[in-house]
Amino acid sequence: MHSLDYTLTNNLITHHEIFMQQLTAQFSIYYSQFLNEKGELTQPLPDFAQDPSVLVPLYEMMVLTRAFDSKATMLQRTGKLGTYPSSYGQEAISVAIGSAMQPTDVFAGYYREYGAHFQRGVKMEEILLYWGGDEQGSNFAECKEDFPHCVPIATQVLHATGIATAMKLRKQPRCAVTICGDGATSEGDFYEAINLAGVWKLPIVYLINNNQWAISVPLKLQTACQTLAQKGIAAGIPGEQVDGNDIIAVRAALDKALDRARRGEGPSLIEALTYRLGDHTTADDARRYRDENEVNSAKQKEPIKRLQKFLVAQNLWDEVKEKNLLTHCQQQVEKAVQAYENRPHSSVSEMFDYMYAQLPNELAEQREIALAYSKENK
Amino acid sequence: MTTSDGITLVEAITQALAYELSANPNLVVFGEDIGANGGVFRATAGLQQRFGADRVLDTPLAESMLAGIAVGMAAQGLKPVLEIQFMGFVYPAFDEIVNHISRLRNRTRGRLSCPMVIRIPCGGGIHAPEHHSESTEAIFAHTPGLRVVIAASPVRAYGLLLGAMRSNDPVIFLEPIRLYRKTKQIVPDNGIALPIDKCFLLREGSHVTLISWGASTHETLTAAEKLSQQGIEAEVIDVASIKPLDMDTILQSVEKTGRCVIIHEAPRTCGVGAEIAAQLAEKALTSLQAPILRVTGYDTVMPLYRLEYEYIPSEQRIVDAVQQVMAFG
Repeated sequence: MHSLDYTLTNNLITHHEIFMQQLTAQFSIYYSQFLNEKGELTQPLPDFAQDPSVLVPLYEMMVLTRAFDSKATMLQRTGKLGTYPSSYGQEAISVAIGSAMQPTDVFAGYYREYGAHFQRGVKMEEILLYWGGDEQGSNFAECKEDFPHCVPIATQVLHATGIATAMKLRKQPRCAVTICGDGATSEGDFYEAINLAGVWKLPIVYLINNNQWAISVPLKLQTACQTLAQKGIAAGIPGEQVDGNDIIAVRAALDKALDRARRGEGPSLIEALTYRLGDHTTADDARRYRDENEVNSAKQKEPIKRLQKFLVAQNLWDEVKEKNLLTHCQQQVEKAVQAYENRPHSSVSEMFDYMYAQLPNELAEQREIALAYSKENK
Repeated sequence: MTTSDGITLVEAITQALAYELSANPNLVVFGEDIGANGGVFRATAGLQQRFGADRVLDTPLAESMLAGIAVGMAAQGLKPVLEIQFMGFVYPAFDEIVNHISRLRNRTRGRLSCPMVIRIPCGGGIHAPEHHSESTEAIFAHTPGLRVVIAASPVRAYGLLLGAMRSNDPVIFLEPIRLYRKTKQIVPDNGIALPIDKCFLLREGSHVTLISWGASTHETLTAAEKLSQQGIEAEVIDVASIKPLDMDTILQSVEKTGRCVIIHEAPRTCGVGAEIAAQLAEKALTSLQAPILRVTGYDTVMPLYRLEYEYIPSEQRIVDAVQQVMAFG
């Protein structure tokens, strides 16, 4: 662990006048990692990770997430899916979220957390439906309370804060979990949310997927902050950094933050450091603005390989298991693709039917027109 | 709270909020300065003391936050009723209102929804500072998925707000600030809601239909009395629910009178008056005996208060417009 110490008041001293000042506040931001990029322990494992029945499924879920992600990207390339944002290289964060949350907690993420969604009961088929241009994909059949993918940046952070407000007002022992990207921390909504959560001591965990790039804007052009975790300090809530490619570190930080929230001690902010190995979305070409060497060096630190190395070293994993897992993932993904392709499209009527609790007359008239002109009737 | 002299519009709002806070345990009132202070217009006066700080919540100063947390609260089954202090301060909340509040039901195919009330004082006329006197109802009315309701009397404010708080849709509830303390009415605290998809007929007449809403209904009614002295009997409609529009009531009246003037304080271009005029042209052209005229605020920035009554449609402008349509053909 290393730490970063800084004092706010000292920064106020100007070049021109030095006058006596008292230190009124002081903060530290801590960083944690358990598994380095070579798959070696850098400190003793936390309790949960000493149990193979917990650790191995985390690995399997990351592999499944990557298999899904690479298939979805392929589907887009072959015209079977719309624009798709990949989670390539960032699997540890979303898989840790899904595994740390209780079923009764509520998740409101943005759009790279497939590993979390799968564990929360969202079907692969539903995620494909959403990116395949159909609202049915946000009507999760088996995950009733989680929010759908959220495209307007950082708005979901407020939704989760509202969810946590409801939980707190009703004195429920539940938590909300939300995540946004590094770019989203520049949005007002991000700060408005963590600020309120601090004041109201809400049961919520804020994660930042710091993948270093907000489309084409690198972190150093996004903020002058040394860390994003310290933005929590401005809202009076604890912030820490973890190696976002070390699923053990992400999960350990989440466990701690969720416990704290459930104990009624309020919100936490976790900055998970990772790297966006792929393009922003399939509509983006990162080669226009990003050095390939940087990407190649980041690839050496990706999350799946390091856990695999560790599991092999612990005799918890081998080539046969790996082969079986890949086959199993492939089958699951193919099954989901089939279900996606076979799912009937939303009807034209559905454009109108969910706008209001009851269809107003004006919209009923417009629905008639749409139906009369619809291809459904041709 | 009902007294023999009646209560003001703002007191009717408080009365409705109190009624529903008692009736609906899921209802939560929140906003800036609404707790201990009772709101900048006193619309929530005494509510926190009466219902507690976990039903009536003072929040930090951030409008996007107000609207954004309401999304999560509503999805969890609470009924958020939030106050924006003035219409000019609602813009930071637009992203949440337009991108989420209005869309959540549709985008999740009904799995999640956002029934809530966003109360916004609107319009000019009380010598308020800059950004405190806007009338931008058309922006909300243009947004699919929202309901837009505007109060014009203490009785209707009470009933419409109850209707809004019991709706399963997100409702933008507008309260004209110059009516807050203008008149008093007896408002029985009976918990009876008014429909939020119907117009109100304020005055019957056979010669011309005057369509208005919010504060402008008052100049419209006094204009109608003036016109009556000249032998012109105007039918006056308070639209009240701007979205969705009760075109049936409006059509019925215009088909009877054959003449129509639309009066609103908001700027003219793309105002709700344009929508009503367009629908009348589509559906009642053969009944019309004169062009539809609009008497509206100008397409200018709402002026600071020295000129605000030059901007707000006056009784005289309404009378003149009616005489113009009566003289046609």
